[in-house]
Amino acid sequence: MSNNGQNGTTPLQLVIAWGFVGIPLAWGVLQTLVNAMALFR
Amino acid sequence: MSFLARARTVARPGFSRWMVPPAALCIHLCIGQAYAFSVFNLPMTKLIGISKSAPDDWKLTELGWIFSIAIFFLGASAAVFGRWVEEGGPRRAMFTAGVCWAGGFVLSAIGVYVHQLWMIYLGYGVFGGIGLGLGYISPVSTLIKWFPDRPGMATGMAIMGFGGGAFIASPLSVWLMQRFSSPTHIGVAETFLCLGAIYLCFMWVGATIVRVPPDNWVPAGYKPPVAPQKLITKNDVYVYDALKTPQFWLIWWVLCLNVTAGIGVLGQASAMSQEMFPGKVTAVAAAGFVGLISLFNMGGRFFWASISDMIGRKNTYFCFFTLGPVLYILVPWTGSIGSVTLFVVCFAIILSMYGGGFSTVPAYLKDMFGTRYVGAIHGMLLTAWSAAGVLGPVLVNYIREYQIGNGVPKAQAYNTTMYIMAGLLVVGFICNACIKAVHHRFHMRPDHEAERAAAEVAAAGDPAGA
Repeated sequence: MSNNGQNGTTPLQLVIAWGFVGIPLAWGVLQTLVNAMALFR
Repeated sequence: MSFLARARTVARPGFSRWMVPPAALCIHLCIGQAYAFSVFNLPMTKLIGISKSAPDDWKLTELGWIFSIAIFFLGASAAVFGRWVEEGGPRRAMFTAGVCWAGGFVLSAIGVYVHQLWMIYLGYGVFGGIGLGLGYISPVSTLIKWFPDRPGMATGMAIMGFGGGAFIASPLSVWLMQRFSSPTHIGVAETFLCLGAIYLCFMWVGATIVRVPPDNWVPAGYKPPVAPQKLITKNDVYVYDALKTPQFWLIWWVLCLNVTAGIGVLGQASAMSQEMFPGKVTAVAAAGFVGLISLFNMGGRFFWASISDMIGRKNTYFCFFTLGPVLYILVPWTGSIGSVTLFVVCFAIILSMYGGGFSTVPAYLKDMFGTRYVGAIHGMLLTAWSAAGVLGPVLVNYIREYQIGNGVPKAQAYNTTMYIMAGLLVVGFICNACIKAVHHRFHMRPDHEAERAAAEVAAAGDPAGA
């Protein structure tokens, strides 16, 4: 058992898995930041 | 269903442990929608009247119960089903959480369609609340087992997702409602159906990719500390024995007081910023303020939990309970000098520690009670959240009303509340300071589990079924 994905998990699978959760989260954070800018206008 | 069985989720050689945090985030990003449920409140008060509330439309006070019921069932289900989650494995729990969470949305959609509020209480409140509880605790012990070298960071990542779920749900829900609405119809039911379908897919993806490590697995190159650490046990405590320890109840109060202080101001942040800075903070800017401190709530979950791996859990809460009172006491001063920037800075740090309190506690429990039943013990601890969910807003709202009723100007009506919150954190400081290692009489013996399993089989009277 290793934690570098040498046999089982490929780097592509890791990218897809993190992108699957990371992209929606980044979009939501961006929307919130844009709205938060109103505080400093 | 064998696909869901714990044995089917044991990782094969070569599986990367970095696949597990995205699996956990799939769950927490979905159930984090709960923080954004308020976007439906106003539209649901106009389902009949469309442009304005009709006499038969639901009232805001009636709708407020939906969230409260959901949070109650979150705590209750996490406490009741914690052991089932721990023993059945993360995939079964995540799958079930997805069914409950999505099913809750579907039932609520029908409730909106036929305009029956009790169906929404049952759907989002009860079923959704159970989905919240199961989903919240499902990845915790799995992450701790995969990341024995950084348990705080690992659980912090997942619990950060719960804080971040609202950032996705809020704009997504507004966008969907706009798409499904017409001059004669408000598209809440359709939005519920879409969200239910999206969340079901997302949560089942998480359930599919999650894995548990084989027994006695450790990360490559990781050497468990040889010297005994006073506040990190190498033993396990049985789930119900943990309830008999003073440590469990001290941590219960630590979490409850930290959450009470944060949740009270989080719910009133918009009104508070406008009333403390009349003319300076508009309604739009106040909404931005709420968004900003929510970002710190989310970021604090990852930051403080990761820091706790370096400085220890007790020291992390020491930071919360020393820095927190100082910042709460500073808030009235920022109002008196009219500094919006300092006000925002104070609340940003306070909310980061509120989030940090949630995300650091699973690792604190693991340090105290071991990894075997940490998920189930964490589930029971979440009743502290349910209690704080009532206590915090009640304290802030009633004290404010009392102050205004006694002629205190609105701009100063929150001062006493801030001092009381600071006082609560001082009590939390004392509870945290009293936490010592769990007495060895509570530790599980090697033969403990076999004895317990035999007793349960005998009690059930059905060895095959058991």
